[in-house]
Amino acid sequence: MFWERIKTLVVKELWAVWRDPKSRTMLIVPPMIQLVLFSFAATLEVKNVQIAVLNRDIGGHSVELVQRIAGSKDLVKGVHLLHGDREAGDALAAQDVLMVVRFPPDFSRAIDGGKPTEIELMLDGRRSNAAQILEGYVTDIISQYAAELPGRPGRGQPLLAPRAFFNPNLESSWSTVPSLTAILTMLVGLVVTGLSVARERELGTFEQLLVSPAWPGEIILGKTVPGLLIGIAEGSLIIGFAHFVFGVPLTGSVPLLYLGMAVYLAAVIGVGLFISSLVATQQQAMLGAFTFVAPAILLSGFATPIANMPDWLQTITVINPARYFLVIIKGVFLKDMPAGEVLGQIWPMAVIALFTLSASSWLFRRRLQ
Amino acid sequence: MDPLIRLEGVSKHFDGQERPAIGALSVALEAGRINGLVGPDGAGKTTLIRLMAGLLAPSAGKIRVAGLDPVAAPSELRRVVAYMPQRFGLYEDLTVLENLNLYADIRGVVGAERRSRFDELLAFTDLTSFTGRLAGRLSGGMKQKLGLACALLKVPKLLLLDEPSVGVDPISRRELWKMAADLVSQGIAVVWSTAYLDEAERCDEVLLLNAGQVLFAGPPGRLTGELAGRSYLVHGLGGSRRAVLERALALPSVIDGQIQGASLRLVVADGAMPPSPVELEAPSDATVVATEARFEDAFIARLGQRVRPHSPYAERPAVGAAGGPTVVAEKLTKRFGAFTAADDISFSISGGEIFGLLGPNGAGKSTTFKMMCGLLKPSAGHATVAGYDLLRAAAQARARIGYMAQKFSLYGDLSVRQNLNFFAGIYGLGKRRATVVGRMVEAFGLDPYLDSDAGRLPLGFKQRLALACATMHDPTVLFLDEPTSGVDPLTRREFWGHINALVGRGVTVVVTTHFMDEAEYCDRIALVYHGRIIAEGSPDALKASARAPSRPEPTLEDAFIALVEGQEAAE
Repeated sequence: MFWERIKTLVVKELWAVWRDPKSRTMLIVPPMIQLVLFSFAATLEVKNVQIAVLNRDIGGHSVELVQRIAGSKDLVKGVHLLHGDREAGDALAAQDVLMVVRFPPDFSRAIDGGKPTEIELMLDGRRSNAAQILEGYVTDIISQYAAELPGRPGRGQPLLAPRAFFNPNLESSWSTVPSLTAILTMLVGLVVTGLSVARERELGTFEQLLVSPAWPGEIILGKTVPGLLIGIAEGSLIIGFAHFVFGVPLTGSVPLLYLGMAVYLAAVIGVGLFISSLVATQQQAMLGAFTFVAPAILLSGFATPIANMPDWLQTITVINPARYFLVIIKGVFLKDMPAGEVLGQIWPMAVIALFTLSASSWLFRRRLQ
Repeated sequence: MDPLIRLEGVSKHFDGQERPAIGALSVALEAGRINGLVGPDGAGKTTLIRLMAGLLAPSAGKIRVAGLDPVAAPSELRRVVAYMPQRFGLYEDLTVLENLNLYADIRGVVGAERRSRFDELLAFTDLTSFTGRLAGRLSGGMKQKLGLACALLKVPKLLLLDEPSVGVDPISRRELWKMAADLVSQGIAVVWSTAYLDEAERCDEVLLLNAGQVLFAGPPGRLTGELAGRSYLVHGLGGSRRAVLERALALPSVIDGQIQGASLRLVVADGAMPPSPVELEAPSDATVVATEARFEDAFIARLGQRVRPHSPYAERPAVGAAGGPTVVAEKLTKRFGAFTAADDISFSISGGEIFGLLGPNGAGKSTTFKMMCGLLKPSAGHATVAGYDLLRAAAQARARIGYMAQKFSLYGDLSVRQNLNFFAGIYGLGKRRATVVGRMVEAFGLDPYLDSDAGRLPLGFKQRLALACATMHDPTVLFLDEPTSGVDPLTRREFWGHINALVGRGVTVVVTTHFMDEAEYCDRIALVYHGRIIAEGSPDALKASARAPSRPEPTLEDAFIALVEGQEAAE
C-alpha cells in the first residue's frame, strides 16, 4: 500500500510537471538562459576595457609603456588618445573609458636623466572592482618596465612568478559554471515542490488528496521525491555542460558529488515545502521562493567570497545549504576533494535538511487543522 | 422606439475552439425590464455580456447598445452601461467605504454628488453599518451587493450582471433580485445572466442559450405555457421513489423525471397520457397529479434529449451496510480563535440515505462538512465514518470516503487515463487497478477521451470522470460539495441518476449545497445557521413547516428563508 501510493504520487507529480506547458517551460528555459548568461556574462574577470592616454611627453618611454599596456592579452580593447585634462575628465565621466593614463611633459627626459618622475592613473571609482584590477595590472606593467631600465636599483631583483593551483589559467568559467549547479538546482527544487502544492491548492486537487487514505507524510514524500529526481536531472545536465562544453576538469569523486547534491536538494525542498504550507496561491509561492533565493545566493559565496563578509553575516551563512554545496562542487570538480572533506561539508547540510523537512511537515500537518 | 440592445447576426469564435461561443445571434432587448440570459455553463452567457459591454469584438454581425457601437465608441458606451463581472474587482484589503471611494474616483463621482450617491447606494444595498469592514471579510452575498453598488455609482441606462447569484445563499439571492426589480422601476434596463433555470421565471424576458445557440427568446411564461398539462407530480411513493424514477424514465411517454422531496416530478411527451401508478409499479396508494410546468421542464423539452436512465452503479454489489448509522457527528464544535464556526452539531446518517447540509454563507455548513470528511479537525466532539473515528483511525475512515468537490478536482494537465490510474493508486487498488479502471472507462463511455487532457473534456465528461475517480474504491460514504452547480440540466440528471443508483446499493451520500434543486434529492436536510442546526427533516417536512396562508405551496427556498428569518427573529 505504502509503496504503491508513493509510486502513484511520484508518477502523478512527474506527469503533472511535464504535461503542464507552463511548468515544463519553467524547468527548461530559465535554467538554459541562466546557464548561458552566468557562463558568459557574469564573468568576474576584467576584460575588454577601454582606456585613454593623455600624453604630454614627447619621448620614447611613454610610447613604449602605452604599447605594453595596450598589447596586454585581452585586457585592453581600445586606447584613446586625449589632448587635454578636460577631455580626460569627460571621458571618465561619460564612462567611455575606465582609466586615463597621464604622462607629464618631462617624463622621458626625467627617466633618461635618472630623475624621479610619476605617471598619473585616473580611475573610474564607480566601477571600483574593475578599476582595482586594472590598476593592479597596469602597476605591474609599469614596475616591470622600471625594473628593466638600465642603471635602476630594481635591476637583478627577483621577479614574482605567480602560479594558480587547480585553475592554472585562472579561467573564471571553471569556477562559475560548476557553481551554477547549486543555484539552478535550488531554483528547481523550490519550484517543483513549492509551486506544485500551491497549484494543487488552486485546482482543488489538494483537498482531494487530503481526503484520500494517504497520510500527510506520504503526501510530503510524494512531493519530495519528484523534486529530488528533477533536481538531480537538472544538476546532471549542468555538470555535463560544465565538463563537456566548458571543458572544466572533473577531478574528484562523482558519487560523492551526487551524494552532496541529494542532501543539498533535500534541504532546499524542505524550504520549498515550508513555503508551500504557508501560501495559498502560486503567485505567493513564487514570491516566497524568491525571498529565499536572493539572500541564499548572495550569502553562498557564489559571487562574493564569504570571508569578505562581516563576521555577523558570516555567522548567518552557516544555515545556508548553498554555502556547503558550493564548496563541494568546486572541490570535487577542480581539486579532487578527499571524501573526508566532502563529508565535512555534507553533514551540516544534512542537519539543515532534517530541520527544514521536519519543520515543514510539522507546519503542513498543523495547517490542515 | 428602438430597442436598447440590438444584435444582428452576431457570432463570436475564439481561436482554437471548434464551435463558436456565440453563433449567428439576432435579438433585441428592451429597456425597463429584467432581461434574463439563461443557460448552463459554456452556453455563451459571459461571451454575450462581454460583447454587449464592448470588452470583446464580435467575429461577425452588428451590435448596437443604446444606439452605440460598443467597439467603436467605448468611452460613450461606458457612460451609459454599468457592468458587473462574475468576480467584481473588489479590493479585499480595503474597507467597504474605501472600495466605494476608489470606484468613485475612477468614475469621477465627486463632492456633494458622491456623498448623496453613497448614502443612496449604502441604504439600497443595506451595507450602511458595514462601511468600515474589509471587503474580504464580507459574505458572498454582501460582496455581490458591494460590487453592485460600485457598478451603480453613475446611474446607468443599462446594467449588465454576469451570474450575480453564484455562490450566494437563497436569502441574499432574493435580496439581489429585489434590488434588480427596484432598478428596473427606476427606468434602468437590467441584463441578468444565470445558470439557475429557476431564476428564469423571475425575468420579464428570457434569452435561453445552449451551446452558443438561442433555444428560446421571449417572456418565460410563453415557454412554460407550451408545456401546460405535461408536468405531473407522483405522490405517496415512500422509500421507493428512486426505483420508481428509474422505471418512469424507461417509459417512452416520459421525457423527464426528477426527484422532488418525497415525490417525483415527471414531464410527459407531447400528447401523451401521464403514467399510471400501476405502470410505474408504484405502491397502491400512490397518486399522479397534474402540476404547473417549470421553466426547466420546458428547457428539457426544447432540448429534445433524454437522459440514459440506467447507471452502471446499479449492477455493483451492495455496500455492506451493517444496518446502523454510517456517518455520525457527535457534538461537533469548531472554533477559530474567538469565533465558533460550528457549535455542538450532532446528527447520524444511515446507509442508503442522502443527507443535505444547507445554510446561508458563513453559517458553518462548510466547516461541518469539512470536519465530516476529515479536512478539518474539530475543536471538540467526534466524527465517525463507517464506524471509524476520523481522528483516531483517519486512514481507515478515509479509505471508505469518496469526495467530489464543486469544481471537479481533477488533474487538468493529466490525461483521463492518468487521472484514473492516479486515483486507483492512491486508494491502493493494487492488482485490481486495471480491472477497475477498465470498468469505469466502459461504464462512463470514457474510451474516446482516454488520452485527452482531463481539463479539456466537455463538461459532462469531466463530471463523469470526477465521479468515476471518487467512487473507484467503492466507498461507503460519498461527500459531495455543490456537485452540479452551473451544470446543464441533462448532465445534472445523469449525475443524480448515478447517485440514486449508488444510494440504492446502500451508499451514504452527504451533500452541501446552495442549490435548491440538489437539496430536493435529499432524504433529510439539516439547516445550519450561526453554527447550529436550526432545523432537520425531509424536504417535504421543511416545506410544510413554512406553510402559511400567504404561501400555501412553499418551495424549499421559501422554507429555507422562512426558517432562517424565524431563527433570526428569535435570537
